[in-house]
Amino acid sequence: MTDGKAARLDEIIASHAHREGPMLPILHDVQAEFGHVSEDAKRTIAKALNLSRAEVHGVVSFYHDFKAEPVGKPVLKLCRAESCKARGVENLVAAAEAAAGDRVEIETIYCLGLCSVGPNAMIGKRPYAMLDVPKIEALIREMA
Amino acid sequence: MMVTVRISDDALAIACGADDVAKAFEKAGATVERVSSWGMQWLEPLVEISGIGFGPATPGDVQAILDGGADAICIGPIAAHPFIAGQQRLTFARAGKTRPTSLEDYEATGGWKGLNRARELGPEAAVEEVVSSGLRGRGGAGFPTGIKWRTVAGAKADQKYIVCNADEGDSATFADRMVMEGDPYMLIEGMAIAGFAAGATRGYIYCRSEYPHAIAKLEEAIHKSAHIVHPFVLEVREGAGAYVCGEETSLLNSLEGKRGEVRAKPPIPALVGLFGRPTIVNNVLSLAAVPFILAEGAKAYADCGMGRSRGTMPIQLAGNIKHGGLYETAFGITLGALVNDIGGGTATGKPVKGVQVGGPLGAYLHPDQFDIPFDYEAYAAVDALIGHGGITVFDEDADMAGMARFAMEFCAAESCGKCTPCRIGSTRGVELIDRILDRAPRTRDTVEALPQMHNAPKDQRSLDDEIELLEDLCETMKFGSLCALGGFTPYPVMSALKHWPADFGVATAKVPEAAE
Ligand SMILES: Cc1cc2nc3c(=O)[nH]c(=O)nc-3n(C[C@H](O)[C@H](O)[C@H](O)COP(=O)(O)O)c2cc1C
Ligand code: SF4
Ligand code: FES
Repeated sequence: MTDGKAARLDEIIASHAHREGPMLPILHDVQAEFGHVSEDAKRTIAKALNLSRAEVHGVVSFYHDFKAEPVGKPVLKLCRAESCKARGVENLVAAAEAAAGDRVEIETIYCLGLCSVGPNAMIGKRPYAMLDVPKIEALIREMA
Repeated sequence: MMVTVRISDDALAIACGADDVAKAFEKAGATVERVSSWGMQWLEPLVEISGIGFGPATPGDVQAILDGGADAICIGPIAAHPFIAGQQRLTFARAGKTRPTSLEDYEATGGWKGLNRARELGPEAAVEEVVSSGLRGRGGAGFPTGIKWRTVAGAKADQKYIVCNADEGDSATFADRMVMEGDPYMLIEGMAIAGFAAGATRGYIYCRSEYPHAIAKLEEAIHKSAHIVHPFVLEVREGAGAYVCGEETSLLNSLEGKRGEVRAKPPIPALVGLFGRPTIVNNVLSLAAVPFILAEGAKAYADCGMGRSRGTMPIQLAGNIKHGGLYETAFGITLGALVNDIGGGTATGKPVKGVQVGGPLGAYLHPDQFDIPFDYEAYAAVDALIGHGGITVFDEDADMAGMARFAMEFCAAESCGKCTPCRIGSTRGVELIDRILDRAPRTRDTVEALPQMHNAPKDQRSLDDEIELLEDLCETMKFGSLCALGGFTPYPVMSALKHWPADFGVATAKVPEAAE
């Protein structure tokens, strides 16, 4: 880890130190800032919270939102839960994957709470509804 | 003339393009007010001008709407629309009408009345008010909210907590999201009342990370109303994409910064909860119902409903449905009325094949069962559950064996890993359903084939054997799991097999009656 990154990590940890149960808020910030939670980060967090590395690793690996490796490409989260299945999301998957290729990561998630207007997806914090093959292909094409 | 146009800024409206419509109105010189959603989701983005609705609107419709045209998308007075007029909105009384984070709008529509009355009554009487309202937890289990509060109020501790369960992971549910995004002060007021009643000064809202809009609204609202709920202090905590963290003890572990593993009960969270302290864990809708109960009195709430299901339930209509959205009504309404009359049948116009009620752990119901009334006990009696009130509709093209497989797949993906039937059974369930669908029954394994294994059958396993094994696996999961994730996954699986055996390639399935 570079000094800059290490300093930033310390800052994140310090900004949550006063909270009850600071682990998840810290991990969210680390994930957002660095795109993953590295081995070094786990060790630093463990030390700061007086836990073992294994405990931090256990937490990181439990939650879908925290990644051990950087994804390194933009992510489209596609809902494949029941209501979106009832509205035909499975018919989009092959086209979405073809359009994504190696350039975009299609991540399966379960429900965005928009279940009457699916199939739905989310890019960053922006939700998209009523997707069909042309729409999802266009979305993926526009992703940087 | 300056017109005021009201458009929702809820995540669903935004996903359907509301921001672009709002921008187009601003560009055309109109004043745009971003309000909560009425819950008529098939009409989003819904535009309201002086009570008249237009939807779904696109930027291309803006000029026509302003010119008094756009008849094709005009729905007339919104409040008189049958979907709205037929509802009994207690929790969603403000839906569509107020700006979500405006304190002014909240106060002008009866906000804080419940908290003020609770403070006049005193903690004990406030708890009793909730007890006599008959309110039952809306998160799924239907436990009486007042009784839980009484337990926490009676516990002695240096610190107690109010935890709001906003993990809303079930497909077909969005009522919690709509409260948080559309009427966040109501939830805050409900939590402040809970805090006052139980003697807790700290509260956490554990909101799933898939709801960034809800989190932003809550944070703004908490900040703006801190002085009103003082000395009660509230904080939002973001989940991290684990469905099981909706289970209350898993949620508490997650809040504490641990793996979201389910805890064994007892001890109950009401006595040993967050950081080992007495804790009220309630669903968003349970807490959001409380301001009405305190403001209008327990009786006004309890007067709605049937049997032991009192009050109203915000029902969520989703999936392949023509008129999807939020329908709050007293308990007792039939499933058929919800799906066909109110929901208008499927969006595709094809016949309804089945509906799932209660999220991924809820049973699939056949149209033959459409006369069942919306009531906790009536659903339990047919091995189904209301859960959080979500309804997913499927048309005739749905593959119910595929949905059964998905139930197992979902359980495998989301299991917390604590108990074997759930952690391993779900994966074996996926494999087993695959074998059934592929007509590829497992051959006898090496051990079964050993001559020493006198009692092991040696013949090729048949399709019937595999179906029986699936039933057996479901029994094991149902009775051998610690929480409802492993324990209820058999409901969607078994109900799909029972009602649509042809989708599994079998003539009829002899699904055993529940062994309770
Ligand atoms: C796997 C699983 C997921 C759950 N998810 C939620 C949820 O997302 N929201 C919720 O309020 N309750 C959920 N529950 C129910 C909670 O455990 C608990 O009963 C509820 O939060 C209590 O609040 P209530 O009495 O107000 O319903 C879930 C339960 C299980 C077993
Ligand atoms: S049933 Fe599944 S989710 Fe529930 S405690 Fe057991 S392993 Fe965890
Ligand atoms: S099921 Fe896809 S958004 Fe809810």
